[in-house]
Amino acid sequence: MLYFEDFSEGRRFDYKPVEMKPKEMIAFASEFDQQPMHLDEEAGKRSILGGLAASGWHTSAIGMRMMLDAFMGNSSSQGSPGIDFMDWRKPVIAGDVLSGFSLVVEARRSKSKPDLGIVKFRNEINNQAGEPVAVSECSVLFRCREKGKA
Amino acid sequence: MMTMEEFYAAKARTLIGSLTFSAEDIIRFATDFDPQPFHLDAEKARHSLFGGLCASGWHTCAGWMQCFVKFWRNEQRRLAAEGLRAPNLGPSPGFRDLKWLKPVYAGDTITYFVTFLESRSLASKPGWRINTILCEGENQHGEPVIRFESRVIEFV
Repeated sequence: MLYFEDFSEGRRFDYKPVEMKPKEMIAFASEFDQQPMHLDEEAGKRSILGGLAASGWHTSAIGMRMMLDAFMGNSSSQGSPGIDFMDWRKPVIAGDVLSGFSLVVEARRSKSKPDLGIVKFRNEINNQAGEPVAVSECSVLFRCREKGKA
Repeated sequence: MMTMEEFYAAKARTLIGSLTFSAEDIIRFATDFDPQPFHLDAEKARHSLFGGLCASGWHTCAGWMQCFVKFWRNEQRRLAAEGLRAPNLGPSPGFRDLKWLKPVYAGDTITYFVTFLESRSLASKPGWRINTILCEGENQHGEPVIRFESRVIEFV
């Protein structure tokens, strides 16, 4: 189990690869992002994305899952107050295999709550060619192993 | 064809739709993408910081997108009926300053809004513009639960 104290600056957590399956991409887009390039291969090919492309929100949600499977699922996470930025740099096309990592860029104790710490991560999701497709920075709250030892 | 700026610059924030987050939907989304105890199990959620079963923040985001796509389709129809052509919107290169301001609990209904902020032309691609829009959501008590600034490509 990982607590706040375990997130030292520079620590890196690698994601397990995830293949983007057309059926799952279309299911996500059918519910949340009904634009033709996310729903239909032909429409995707005609769009500037160049193929059946995942909704950026789907890629982001997959990124969340990769973070959980890599380390957060076995941690004292208490959720996130937000995302500083998310850059969707390249289209994610059906069949792409995504991987990547989360890197601890900052870790500090909460001033108001002695049993909590705030960790800032840089998250990079890459495709099988090693090209970054989504880059973000977010903060996550973790419970501390020991209270109030700043 | 008009640009997004010409349509919306003078407008205040626009309601784009709402979504009710049932416990079933919250758990289904979280099972796929965000399987943390406070998104999956009401009893465990009571002992978390949130104090109750609540939606993944990504689910709250996806709800905004769902409402925006429907809203935009209606806008295209509305403008077409007036003999106007809606701006041609493309993919988004991303967003910034996203804040999950309050948890979205099971049973909450979130109403979403969009406000046009600014537009600039892309030097590298003539005729293309990047618009910045403010995206917000409020629960049924009028409390803000999410806000972010998104960017949307527009082309001729």
